[in-house]
Amino acid sequence: MTRLLVGPFNRVEGDLEVTLELAHGRVASAQVNAPMYRGFEQILHGKVPHDALVVVPRICGICSVSQSVAAARALADLGGIEMPPNGQHATNVILATENLADHLTHFYLFFMPDFTRPVYAARAWHAEAQRRFAPESGEQVRAAIAARQRWFAMLGTLAGKWPHTQSIEPGGSTRPVESAERTRLLARVREFRGFLERQLFCAPLEQIANLRSEAELLAWHAQDPWRGDFRLFISIAHDTGLAALGGGPGRYLSYGAFAQPGGGHAFAGGVWHAASNALTRLDPAGIREDATRAWLADAGGPQHPSTGYTVPEPDKPGAYTWNKAPRLEGQVIETGAIARQLVAAHPLLRDTVARHGGTVYTRVLARLLELAQVVPMMERWLGQLIVNEAYCVNTVLPDDGVGVGLNEAARGGLGHWVHSQRGRIANYQIVAPTSWNFSPRDRAGVPGALEQALVGAPVLDGETTPVAVQHIVRSFDPCMVCTVH
Amino acid sequence: MNVLWMQSGGCGGCSMSLLCADTNDFHGQLRDAGIELLWHPSLSLASGRDVIDLLGGVLEDRVPLDALCVEGSLLRGPNGTGRFHVMAGTGVPMIHWVSKLAAKARYVVAVGSCAAWGGITASADNPTEACGLQYDDERPGGLLGPAFRSGSGLPVINVAGCPTHPGWVVDTLMAMAAGNLNAADLDTFARPRFFADQLVHHGCTRNEYYEFKASAEKPSDQGCLMEHMGCKGTQAHADCNSRLWNGEGSCTRGGYACISCTEPGFQEPGHPFHQTPKIAGIPIGLPTDMPKAWFVALASLSKSATPRRVKINATADHMVVAPAARRTRLK
Repeated sequence: MTRLLVGPFNRVEGDLEVTLELAHGRVASAQVNAPMYRGFEQILHGKVPHDALVVVPRICGICSVSQSVAAARALADLGGIEMPPNGQHATNVILATENLADHLTHFYLFFMPDFTRPVYAARAWHAEAQRRFAPESGEQVRAAIAARQRWFAMLGTLAGKWPHTQSIEPGGSTRPVESAERTRLLARVREFRGFLERQLFCAPLEQIANLRSEAELLAWHAQDPWRGDFRLFISIAHDTGLAALGGGPGRYLSYGAFAQPGGGHAFAGGVWHAASNALTRLDPAGIREDATRAWLADAGGPQHPSTGYTVPEPDKPGAYTWNKAPRLEGQVIETGAIARQLVAAHPLLRDTVARHGGTVYTRVLARLLELAQVVPMMERWLGQLIVNEAYCVNTVLPDDGVGVGLNEAARGGLGHWVHSQRGRIANYQIVAPTSWNFSPRDRAGVPGALEQALVGAPVLDGETTPVAVQHIVRSFDPCMVCTVH
Repeated sequence: MNVLWMQSGGCGGCSMSLLCADTNDFHGQLRDAGIELLWHPSLSLASGRDVIDLLGGVLEDRVPLDALCVEGSLLRGPNGTGRFHVMAGTGVPMIHWVSKLAAKARYVVAVGSCAAWGGITASADNPTEACGLQYDDERPGGLLGPAFRSGSGLPVINVAGCPTHPGWVVDTLMAMAAGNLNAADLDTFARPRFFADQLVHHGCTRNEYYEFKASAEKPSDQGCLMEHMGCKGTQAHADCNSRLWNGEGSCTRGGYACISCTEPGFQEPGHPFHQTPKIAGIPIGLPTDMPKAWFVALASLSKSATPRRVKINATADHMVVAPAARRTRLK
């Protein structure tokens, strides 16, 4: 058994270290360390609750809007505030802009560049991958950055800027949209649609979103296996065995994405159990955060976030990360686009995951599928804005009370729990998507989702930063600054 | 000019913002300006051992370092050990890496208010002992100390903002690469003057409401955000309303207050961010270079002269009364 310390990981958001035990050319066990602590939950303590809307987006520069929406929902819950329909639609468009930009960034900037590495030089597709995905010089990388830059102009209009807007309020959006502005926003969405349809998919978005099985996907792929970046990804994935790499825990959580006026979500929430093919209702009361292996105080054992606390204990024996281990009904959970699409019953994802499990391949597939699905939704939401009707109601909060805000960031379920006393935050706890996915062992010694997914990964002779490990890590699209906040 | 980019106690948002730079070829623009990224956490291929070898090369003078960009605050805690951020794969606190790398750099750039002053991470009682490279809030000091000068003879260049505008970063790097950034180009807080000599107020689309003190009273109202909603645009140093964000944006155009995120200590204003602190009904944060008595007198005069159109629109979320188009051939 040999030990390998891997880091710094880049092309993830924030800093990340992984310790591997190797045996017979494979990972035998893994420990994931989120090596940075900033103390946002301590910082929020004692502030006026509304100040959270300035503080929490700054937890993360890539999930900034997702954090704002979770906080706004927690405060809305605290105050019994309901957004007018315009405010809900505008908030959803803002959130969707960020989520889709993150999917695009993940695919082109974070994930695909690893296939340009020399280790793949003998593969038939390597030169093409380099031409498209080499960092800084790859043709498609550069085109994607340009498309992303244009795409974020949506948020110059709708949110003042990105990241770190304060336009998202518990009562709606501070930025009403005039009729002419909607026309321009729809044109921008069509421009992004054009990039996706011409560069990524080489097909209409609706055709991709309507694929119902892996067989249909593969039949479409076979028509022209390198045409478009999605099809080249599928070709590479099959050649490198990504469908069998990095299997997760098989239990998937989604809080439900894009709340709709009058109730419900565009993507319904719940928990998907792959082993039994069963969808169960999500009960947030079953969430516990276990800090046994974190450099954090854990007297009293695992806590529900509403009563949880975050106090550093840097010398704690046995600890190896700043991240707590969230568990649902005591079980390890995976969250992300794959979870959203399994829970929301997308037939292509359900079929593909039934065949291969939750792996590197299916995680990336789920994200690309969302790019195809959500753009048409945004077009509908913009169409549903009613000119000259309200976008925002005032926020009036009680001095005392509690609130919960659940949301889906690009990379999965994000929850905020706030407790206000005498008009000040008495407790604020955040459980981020990568807190789940990159959790450490819990007090029963059960490894987190990534720690499980890394077991069995091949390590080639002489590799100090094994490429298979990099694929698995990045397939979760981790956000380390959210993980430990 | 080669650039090494390191991240510590921040959110990565300045890098994400940087990618929104106003160009149709981000990497081409940098390269054509003579800027080469040695390594950037979000953009480079190199991971793990390759990165550690590169940093070693800089420290051993095998790789020259023209510009060290640091994003995020420097976490000195707990108890000065720096263990709140030990750089992955190295076992060495990031504050030690940054101190050693800064000593090799021709220029050191603090990207964002965290790296400049401590920023949001230094909020409340600052649980991680966060600071900026050369400032603790507005006090000179920080990780490198007030006497620090990089190889160029300049102090740390503070491209403040939360996040930074991508144009501020790109313009600063391009000026450095062209040899056009000197001490006289920095303000008293070592911020590049090309953006810090402006006020957020300049170019604000709510200026007619400001003139008449026709004020917004709730989020989404169109009126001026200064009197009630906490806006500091008349005092904050930045060109946000003349160099717009993400196309046509700015905080005030997005319907919310400027929180003066380019200023040291902005994270603890001493009042709720969304409310203007007042004494006897008068905001205490008035424009810095205007006598208070004059401001109060002018405000009261202009309030009584407010056109009906401006008054009504100020507290509406859309235009209720349009400017009348009765006359032509305006004089």
